[in-house]
Amino acid sequence: MAAPVSAEEAAASEGGGPDPAAAGRPLLLGVRHHGPGSARAVRAALEAARPRTVLIEGPPEADVLIPLAADGDMRPPVALLAHAVDEPGRSSFWPMAEFSPEWVALRWALEHGVPARFIDLPATHTLAWQRHEEPEEAEEEAEEAEGSGEAEGRPESAEAEGGCAVRTPGLGDGPAPDRGRTVERGEGGAGAGGGSGVGQGSGRAEASADGPGDADGSGADDEGRGSGGVDGGRGSGGVDGGRDGLRRDPLGTLAEVAGYDDPERWWEDVVEHRATGTKDPFAPFAALEEAMGALRETYDRDAATPEDGRDLVREAYMRIQLRSAQREFGADGVAVVCGAWHVPALRRKVALAADRALLKGLPKVRADLTWVPWTHRRLARAGGYGAGIDAPGWYAHLFASRDRPVERWLTRVAVLLREEDRIVSSAHVIEAVRLAETLAALRGRPLPGLSETTDAVRAVLCEGSDVPLALVRDRLVVGDVLGEVPAGAPAVPLQRDLDRLQRRLRLRPEAAERELALDLRKENDAERSRLLHRLRLLGVEWGEPAASHGSTGTFRETWRLRWEPELAVRVAEAGVWGTTVLAAATAKAETDAAAAGGLAQVTELAERCLLAALPDALPTVMRVLADRAALDTDVGHLAQALPALARSLRYGDVRGTDTGALAEVAAGLAERIFVGLPPACVSLDADAADRMRRHVDAVHGAVGMLDEHVDLPARWRAVLRVLSRRDSVPGVVRGRAVRLLLDEGELEPGEAARVMGLALSPGTPPGDAAAWIEGFVGGGSGGGLLLVHDERLLALVDGWLTTVPADVFTDVLPLLRRTFSAYEPGVRRTLGELVRRGPGKRGREPAAHAGTPGFATGLDERRADAVLPVIRLLLGLGPDPGTAEDPDPGTAEEGMARDVTSREGTASDGTASDGTAYDGAADDRMGDYGRGDGARAGGVKADGETGGGALAGVGA
Amino acid sequence: MSVSVDPTSEKPSGTEPAEALRPHAEDAFAAELAALAAQDDRPRPARWKMSPWAVATYLLGGVLPDGTAISPKYVGPRRIVEVAVTTLATDRALLLLGVPGTAKTWVSEHLAAAVSGDSTLLVQGTAGTPEEAIRYGWNYAQLLAHGPSRDALVPSPVMRAMAEGATVRVEELTRIPADVQDTLITVLSEKTLPIPELGQEVQAVRGFNLIATANDRDRGVNELSSALRRRFNTVVLPLPESVEAEVDIVARRVDQLGRSLDLPPAPDGFEEIRRVVTVFRELRDGVTSDGRTKVKSPSGTLSTAEAISVVTGGLALAAHFGDGVLRSADVAAGILGAVVRDPAADRVVWQEYLEAVVRERAGWTDFYRACREVSA
Repeated sequence: MAAPVSAEEAAASEGGGPDPAAAGRPLLLGVRHHGPGSARAVRAALEAARPRTVLIEGPPEADVLIPLAADGDMRPPVALLAHAVDEPGRSSFWPMAEFSPEWVALRWALEHGVPARFIDLPATHTLAWQRHEEPEEAEEEAEEAEGSGEAEGRPESAEAEGGCAVRTPGLGDGPAPDRGRTVERGEGGAGAGGGSGVGQGSGRAEASADGPGDADGSGADDEGRGSGGVDGGRGSGGVDGGRDGLRRDPLGTLAEVAGYDDPERWWEDVVEHRATGTKDPFAPFAALEEAMGALRETYDRDAATPEDGRDLVREAYMRIQLRSAQREFGADGVAVVCGAWHVPALRRKVALAADRALLKGLPKVRADLTWVPWTHRRLARAGGYGAGIDAPGWYAHLFASRDRPVERWLTRVAVLLREEDRIVSSAHVIEAVRLAETLAALRGRPLPGLSETTDAVRAVLCEGSDVPLALVRDRLVVGDVLGEVPAGAPAVPLQRDLDRLQRRLRLRPEAAERELALDLRKENDAERSRLLHRLRLLGVEWGEPAASHGSTGTFRETWRLRWEPELAVRVAEAGVWGTTVLAAATAKAETDAAAAGGLAQVTELAERCLLAALPDALPTVMRVLADRAALDTDVGHLAQALPALARSLRYGDVRGTDTGALAEVAAGLAERIFVGLPPACVSLDADAADRMRRHVDAVHGAVGMLDEHVDLPARWRAVLRVLSRRDSVPGVVRGRAVRLLLDEGELEPGEAARVMGLALSPGTPPGDAAAWIEGFVGGGSGGGLLLVHDERLLALVDGWLTTVPADVFTDVLPLLRRTFSAYEPGVRRTLGELVRRGPGKRGREPAAHAGTPGFATGLDERRADAVLPVIRLLLGLGPDPGTAEDPDPGTAEEGMARDVTSREGTASDGTASDGTAYDGAADDRMGDYGRGDGARAGGVKADGETGGGALAGVGA
Repeated sequence: MSVSVDPTSEKPSGTEPAEALRPHAEDAFAAELAALAAQDDRPRPARWKMSPWAVATYLLGGVLPDGTAISPKYVGPRRIVEVAVTTLATDRALLLLGVPGTAKTWVSEHLAAAVSGDSTLLVQGTAGTPEEAIRYGWNYAQLLAHGPSRDALVPSPVMRAMAEGATVRVEELTRIPADVQDTLITVLSEKTLPIPELGQEVQAVRGFNLIATANDRDRGVNELSSALRRRFNTVVLPLPESVEAEVDIVARRVDQLGRSLDLPPAPDGFEEIRRVVTVFRELRDGVTSDGRTKVKSPSGTLSTAEAISVVTGGLALAAHFGDGVLRSADVAAGILGAVVRDPAADRVVWQEYLEAVVRERAGWTDFYRACREVSA
C-alpha cells in the first residue's frame, strides 16, 4: 500500500484520504502504552506508510541496545532498565511486552532494515531529576508503594566504580547513527506505562510519581478491558495523560464527558472498537490526535506542576530529535511512536532556539542502560513495578489471536479449569460465549471485553464462585510469562552493586573454598554477614553458614565461602528483583513471604530477614505471618512457629534490629496458642499426645523468652492449669503441665503430691497413669532428680506401681521404661537404691513445722559439713573448717547454693543438699548442666563430685 | 392449588392488591413497570414485557427520559443484575445463590415481574416437594370419570410458564430431593415436558425461562447434579458491602420490628448496633474492619438477618430486665449464641476474636467484659 500520507493529516483534513498537501509532515502515531489495539494499529500504519526511520519514545541512550531486540534469545516481556552508574538504586524501567506498540515499532524497524531511534529525554537527565525530586516523591511513594522504601536509595554508595559503562561491545553498529549520545544499548520502550518508574530503592516504580516518565497511569487502568482485539485497526492512544490519576486524567475527562464512569472502557469502545469499519490505517491516530489536541489546549493553559515542566522539556527534546531526523530522512520519511498525550506537542511549531533554551542546564548523572527480563506479573500493577496494566495476559491474548478472541479466550479458561479438575464441557464454553456477547450488548458495548468475559466465566464456568476465578485471573489474565534477554546484554546493576559491596567490605569472590569467621560486634563483619545473608535470600549461595568453632556466642558467625562461576548467572537472574542487593533481597523476601507454603516457612523467613537486616521486608513478612497464624487452625503449627520467633527476637537484640513488630506478632501468636491449646488437647492418640507434649514444652520455653509482655506468663500458667485439670487431656500432657507449673513455683506445697496422687489413684486406668508419670517426670528434663529429692513423689510412684494389676503391668511397662530409661545412670542408680531401701527410712512424714515438703525435718549435719569446703572454696573464704553459726542453716545454705549455681552453673548437683537440690532441679537447664559437669573432671568439679558422693552416701 | 388449565387465567386469588398484606411486585410497582415499558424503545426478546436494559433499570433504579424516577429494588453491584438479566435473555436458567437474607427471593420476584409481568408462577422447594409440583398432577375425579386427557391434567407452574412463555420461579432449589430436581433437566435442556400418559408433550414457547434460588450454606442438603447445574448460570448475591449500609439496614429493620413488638425505642442503641454489625462483619469476612488483622470465621452464617435478631433480642432484654437502654451486656449473649454454633470449633474462634481483636480495641472495654462474662 503506497499510502504516503501520514496519519495526522488524515486527522487534520478530516477526509483522511491521502492529501498531498500534508506530505512533508512526519507520521505521528500516538499510542496507548501497552495497548494491543494500539500495537496493531501501529503496525498497520507502519506497513502502510513505510517510513524511512522510526522514532520511539524512550531513552536515547538505548539506541545501541536496539539490535538486541532482533536477537533470537530476546523474548518479551523485557524492560529497558536505566540506572545511575554510581548509584544502582536509582533506576527507571521501560517495560515492553509483545503487545506494546513501542515493541511492535521496534521490531518492524528491525525487520525492514529501517533505522530506529529513541527520542525521549536521555535517561542521564531523567535519572538526575529523580535525585532532585527524591524528597517529595519519597512521600508520595511511601504511600503508594507501601513503604517499599525508597529511602534506601543508598546515598552512601558513591563509590566510583560507576565509570565502567557497560557499553556492550559489538552493538556499536546500531542501525541508528549515534548522535553523539553514548548510551548503552537499550531500546526504548515504550514509555511503558508507568514505566519510567522511579526506581526507588526497592526497585518498584509505582506508576504514579515517576518523574520523568509520563506515568501513564491512566493507561491501563482498571480491569482490563482489553482492547477487544478483534477489529483491525484501532488506534489507541496511549495517552499517558493521566500522569497521575488525580492531578489530571485526560482520558477520564473525555470519558466523563461521554458519560462513562470508566475511562478505559470508553477508550476501548470509542477508539479501539469503533475503528473497525474503517480501512484507513491512519484514521484512528488522526482522531486521537484531534482529541488530544483539544485536551492539551485546555490543559496546558493551567499547567503548573513540576511534572508539566518536565513534560515540556521532554517534548522539546523530542521535537529537536524529530527535526534532525526529518533533515536526515526527509520530512515524510519519519514515523514517531509516542504516547498520544505528546502528539499535539510534537506537532506544534516551536522555534528551535526556544526548545534548546528549555534544555539548558539540565542536571545530569551517569546513566547505564540494559535489557532485563520482565514478567507479566510485574507488568500487572499487582506486581509492584506498576507498568499499570492489570491484564497483561488478556492483552497478549488479544494481540496474538487473529480472530474470535472471546471464543479462544474462554476455551483457554476451560482448559485451565479442566487441568484443575473442574468439570467444564464444551457446552459450558458455548454458554459462556453467549452470555458474554449478550452482556456486551446489554451494556451497549460493541464487543465483549475482559469484564464481560470475566462475568461470563464466573456465572457459567465457575458456578458463581470467586475461587476458581482467582485462579483464572492469576494464570491467564495476568499470566506466568517470563521474558528472556540474550546473554550479550550488559550486566545488570545488581551485579555492579555487588561488586562495589565486595570491594568495600574486602570480601573477594574466590573460587577456592575458605572459611570466614565473623565477629558481629564489628561493623565491617556485621555488614559482611548481612551481605551474605541477603545473597542467600536471593538464591546466590556464595556463603554457607557453618558451625562455629570454639565460642558459641550469638555474636559469632562462621561462613564457608566459595564463588562458583554460575553464581554470576544467579546474580543476573536475581536482577529482576531490584537493582541493589538490599532492594532485591527485600523484594524477594516479600514475594517469598506471600508465596510461602506454611507458617513455619514464614517464621523462618522472618528469622532470615532479621539476619539479613531487611527492615523494609519485615512488615510484609510479619503481616503474612500474622495472617497465616490467624487462619491456621492447627495449634501444632502455631506452637512450632513460636520458638523460632522468640529466637528471632533474641537475635534482633544482639544485632540491634528493631524487633517491635516481631514481638507484637509473637505475642499475638502466643495468645492464639493459649486459646487454642486446651481444645486441641482432647481426643489425642498416644503419638499425637506426645507431639502435643513437645509443643507444650516449646511454647513454655518461648513464653519465657517473650519477657516484654508481662501478662503472657501469667496467662500461660492459667492455660497450664486448665490443661492439668481437664480429664479429657491425655495423661502425658496433663503430667507435663503439672510439672511445668511445679517448676514455675506455681503449686502450693504439697499440691504436686496431691495432684499426682489423684492422677495415680486406683480409678485411673494404669495406662493413663503411666502416661501421666511420663509427662511429669519423663525425658531429659531433670524429672529423675525430682524423684530423687522429693520422696513423697517417689513414694507415690512406688505405691502406685505396686497396685497395678499383673495383667495390665505388661502394658504399662514400656511406657515406664521409656520414662525411666531416659535418666542418667547416676540418677537411675540412686532411684533404685531409694526404692530398694523402701519407704519410711528417711522421715517420710514431714512434721507440720518442717520446711520444704518431701524433705527431712532436720538438717543432716554430716552432709552439710561435706559441702562446706566447696562453698568456702567458691566464696574464697579459705579452708578454715570453722563451725557454722547460722541460726537458720537451711535458708542460708539454700541461698548459698543459689549463689553457687549462678556463678558456675555447675555445682548445683554437687552442692545439693536436701534443702537446695529442689532449686537445682527446678531449673531444667541448670540441672542438666549440673549433672553434665559432675561427670567431668576439673578443679571445682572435683569438689562437686565429692558433694555428689556425699549425697549418694546418704542414699545408701 | 386452584390452577386452571387455561393459560390465560387470571391470578388465582381474587384479592385486591390493596388489601393484600404484601402485594406482588408487579402490582406494587405497576406504575414504574408501565412507565418503563412505555418508554422502552430497545429490542425486546420474545414475550418480554420490556427490553433487558429496561429490566436492569427497573431493578437498579434510575430516571427515565420523561423524568419518571424508578426506585432501586436491589442495592448492590450493578454487574450482578446485568449478568442475571442477560442470562434470562439468552434463555439460560438463572440460579441465584447466597446466604439467607441476601435478597435472592426479592430479586427473583422482581425479575419475573419485570420480564413476564407475573411473579406468581412459583414452586416453593421443600424436602417434600413432589414431582407433580414441577411437572403436572391429575384431577382424579376427572381421571376416573373420563380417563386420561388434557382436561384431567393439573399443570404445574413450570408447565404453565412453558405454555405461556413466561418466567417461573423455583425457591430453595437445593431443598428439593435430588430425583425431583432432575425432572428439571429435560425442561431446561430440551425445553419440553413430555406427558407419556397422553403420548403428548408441552413445548416451551419463546420467552419461557426459570429462576431458581438456593442457599449457599445449604449446598450439602441436596447438591445439584452436575447435569442440572450446568443448565444454570450462577449468580452469587453478596452481603451488604459497607458497614454503613448494613448498620442502616439493621437499624431500620430493628426499628420496625421493635414497634410491632411494642418495645420502647432505644435512643442510645445505635452504638451497640454498630458494634454488633462490626463484629458480625469482621467474623464473616475473616478480617478486621481496618483490614489489618485476619480472624477465623465461625461456622454460622452471621447474616444481616441474624444481626437484626440479636439487636431485637437485646432490646427486649433491655426493656424488660434492664434500664431500657441497649447495653453491651444485652447483646453479648445474643452474639455468643449467633457466633458459637459448633460448640468446639466456634468457641475457639470466638475467644480468639475476643482476645486478639476486641480486647485491644479502644472503647470496647465494656463490650469485652460483657462478652467474657457470658463466654466463660
